[in-house]
Amino acid sequence: MATIKGGEFLIKELKSEDIFISEEFNDEQKMMKEAVIDFIDREVWPYKERFENKDYALTEEVMRKAGEMGFLGVSIPEKYGGIGMGFVSTMLVTDYMSSATGSVGTAFGAHTGIGTMPIFLYGTEDQKNTYLPLLTSGEKFGAYCLTEPGAGSDANSGKTTAELTADGKHYKINGQKMWISNAGFAEIFIVFARIEDDKNITAFIMVFDKENPNGVTLGAEEQKLGIHASSTRQVFFSDTLIPIENMLSERGKGFKIAMNSLNVGRIKLGAACLDASRRIITEAVNYGNERKQFKTAISNFGAIQKKYAEMSTKTFAIDAGCYRAAKDIQNMIDRLLADGKSHQDAELAAFQEYAIECAIIKVYASEVSQFVSDEGIQIFGGMGFSKDTPMESAWRDARITRIYEGTNEINRLLTVGMLLKKAMKGEIDVITPAMEVGNSLMGIPSFETPDFSEILSEEKAMVEKLKKAFLMVAGKAVQTFGMELDNHQQLILAAAEIMIEIYMAESAILKAEKIVKSTSEKEAECQIAMAKLNLFNAVETASSFGKEAILYVAEGDEQRMMLMGLKRFTKYVNNPNPIALRKVIAEKVIAENKYCF
Amino acid sequence: MKILVCISHVPDTTSKINFKENDTKFDNNGVQFVINPYDEFALTRAMWFKEKQGATITAVTVGNTSTEPTLRKALAIGADDAIRVNTEAIDGLQVAKELAEVVKNGSYNLVLAGKESIDYNGGMVPGMLAALVDYNFVNACIGLEIEGEKATISREIDGGKEILSANLPLVIAGQKGLVEEKDLRIPNMRGIMMARKKPLSILEPISTKTATTTASFEKPATKSACKIVSTENIGELVDLLHNEAKVI
Ligand SMILES: Cc1cc2nc3c(=O)[nH]c(=O)nc-3n(C[C@H](O)[C@H](O)[C@H](O)COP(=O)(O)OP(=O)(O)OC[C@H]3O[C@@H](n4cnc5c(N)ncnc54)[C@H](O)[C@@H]3O)c2cc1C
Repeated sequence: MATIKGGEFLIKELKSEDIFISEEFNDEQKMMKEAVIDFIDREVWPYKERFENKDYALTEEVMRKAGEMGFLGVSIPEKYGGIGMGFVSTMLVTDYMSSATGSVGTAFGAHTGIGTMPIFLYGTEDQKNTYLPLLTSGEKFGAYCLTEPGAGSDANSGKTTAELTADGKHYKINGQKMWISNAGFAEIFIVFARIEDDKNITAFIMVFDKENPNGVTLGAEEQKLGIHASSTRQVFFSDTLIPIENMLSERGKGFKIAMNSLNVGRIKLGAACLDASRRIITEAVNYGNERKQFKTAISNFGAIQKKYAEMSTKTFAIDAGCYRAAKDIQNMIDRLLADGKSHQDAELAAFQEYAIECAIIKVYASEVSQFVSDEGIQIFGGMGFSKDTPMESAWRDARITRIYEGTNEINRLLTVGMLLKKAMKGEIDVITPAMEVGNSLMGIPSFETPDFSEILSEEKAMVEKLKKAFLMVAGKAVQTFGMELDNHQQLILAAAEIMIEIYMAESAILKAEKIVKSTSEKEAECQIAMAKLNLFNAVETASSFGKEAILYVAEGDEQRMMLMGLKRFTKYVNNPNPIALRKVIAEKVIAENKYCF
Repeated sequence: MKILVCISHVPDTTSKINFKENDTKFDNNGVQFVINPYDEFALTRAMWFKEKQGATITAVTVGNTSTEPTLRKALAIGADDAIRVNTEAIDGLQVAKELAEVVKNGSYNLVLAGKESIDYNGGMVPGMLAALVDYNFVNACIGLEIEGEKATISREIDGGKEILSANLPLVIAGQKGLVEEKDLRIPNMRGIMMARKKPLSILEPISTKTATTTASFEKPATKSACKIVSTENIGELVDLLHNEAKVI
């Protein structure tokens, strides 16, 4: 497996051997996957209605049981009460844990991600020894208090203050936090507050004891569109005393802690959208195979088949992207551990390295889960709109995934922003390839017909061309606006769109190719079809956003030249047939009566 | 108490069943395998004895390497060690003979098995095994208590329940009731991790001779569509039963 740095996928050609796919779970991981599915089928799915009726206690109970099962500390080393498995295993537990309701998905994500990771990534040995065993066992739950009424996306602008007491033993916290997941039952809070006029906030660990609230009060449960049994409350601090030894890392490091913990949260959120989408597809196809109109099952209609195929394809792409990035992260952690780095430093460096991929996956997966649940409702027709079927809650629950862990706008901006930062720091050379693309626009295109006889070879070549399209657009954007680029968000968003499609399309293609290699073209027929269909959609997206960007950044001859370049970069030699591809995929899903990839 | 739990590795009930090689072999392509559900009740009851009364549990299966994940799952659930007799399970007598060898060498007090496996539903192994090792045997148990050398066993009988007592060593063929479905265990993460480190020994079979060979498999005829006849139309129903279904 070649190692590829974060963001490098845009300038390097990858082979299927370079990525990990979920079909390669080892026996242990397969057993873990089965265990989580059994757990959800037993403890969560039968009680859907109670979750929808805001049974917060049930969420807490499920979390408690998840602790007993060892699901809460999969990647935390054994010495801190965890299971000590790699990040891929964490992702797979997150994937299947979050499938039945967003309420459990959110409680689980908030606890194991942003609730636990700040301590694991930044805690002192003492802090880790004290808190991690409580968190991994589910004896106590975690919450993460960053957002405030006046500080959402602009998370470093919080007004909550931390003031050193006269005796120098405590920090006194005052302020108000909002939208705090798990607040209703958490006892270990990561609280971000500002000391004096510091530029950056500072993070603290606050232990909350209901009997002795120490100036902490909770607001009422928020009345929300979805995730009805996920506790979300305001948290007020009034002269709350936190011992100085509970500061996380150093003064002024809070924003960094917040952001790095979010990297983990983001990729895990991608996984959390995955089995939720698989389950919806299965529910939808079960219904479509039974529901008859015009004397036939609605699954027989092309309009419905189109939905099955698109839903499956996008879900397949999340699967591909999530586990590919997860393994890249795990490999880097393992490499750093082998080099003698501490677990903490290794994880921190790895999540930072792949922050772009984490953001890409968060955006793509959350939007897919929204799309899938929306189409799920449509397949159920009127019944989809009813609370009696699982589509309605799935759709409402999916909605939040586009907002928390950084809104999708913020994450889109970050993908491009972080890439440029890496380029500026010299960590990754996008300038040279971007210039090459720029120069090639003036050259005469090759008229040779390439040999695409090998399976998916044209698709792989196409992805390389999309990378050129991205480099052309992003390169020109930087060249035109330089440091002012931040003020041209719509342009950045267009570039981000192309970047996201590239990563996901490439992941799906390489995954399909790897499956072909371990089975056969015949057996992997649907995976091939999904990879092709996904790429077709990606090319369409890249072409339209590319055009939008070019029309904004270039004029006259240059504009014409770039548009021609874009056309060249988005042109197939042999066009795929999306309708035929969708039929292949839909037929399989219908025959199996479930999402079966 | 030394307990041996016989585990068979069977296709999940939702699997699509296909045959290959001219309908003489089961096609396990794409099939998900699980612990035979009846055996899982047995294993869960064994865990109860282990935790409440103290016992060691050995899980055994007769099968090739592909059955190992199933044994690992038994270990993850809580069995202490596992044995795989390295040969494909073909027929009841062959399997019973292999298991008998294991029982003799391990001097188990209690052998727990499911009353049948849900793949071929032979239902013969526990009885034959008991006969081969000269242990007491009770079939289709729905309850089992052990005190010292004495076992109290309940069985379902037509319209009621029968309570038996028997002495160890004993072979029990169990079913639901031994424990309830809600008692079945999902292996936890630590169990899964530990399963890796627990001993799984592989024994060579004493013989590969089988008493029977499969001539062919046949799937049940596909069900035809259901026809609904209105209650006012008894004549049509009679006509359909007579002329179409040809049953009257
Ligand atoms: C159910 C739920 C649970 C949550 N759980 C937690 C939690 O546990 N802990 C926690 O700390 N927070 C939590 N949050 C808060 C969540 O992270 C924030 O809601 C989110 O970051 C957005 O902040 P905001 O709501 O203030 O929206 P705003 O920041 O006001 O954003 C409003 C809109 O403006 C856009 N926008 C804002 N800034 C920019 C910009 N620079 N460029 C372009 N567009 C911009 C946004 O994308 C969005 O569309 C939760 C929220 C919800 C709803």
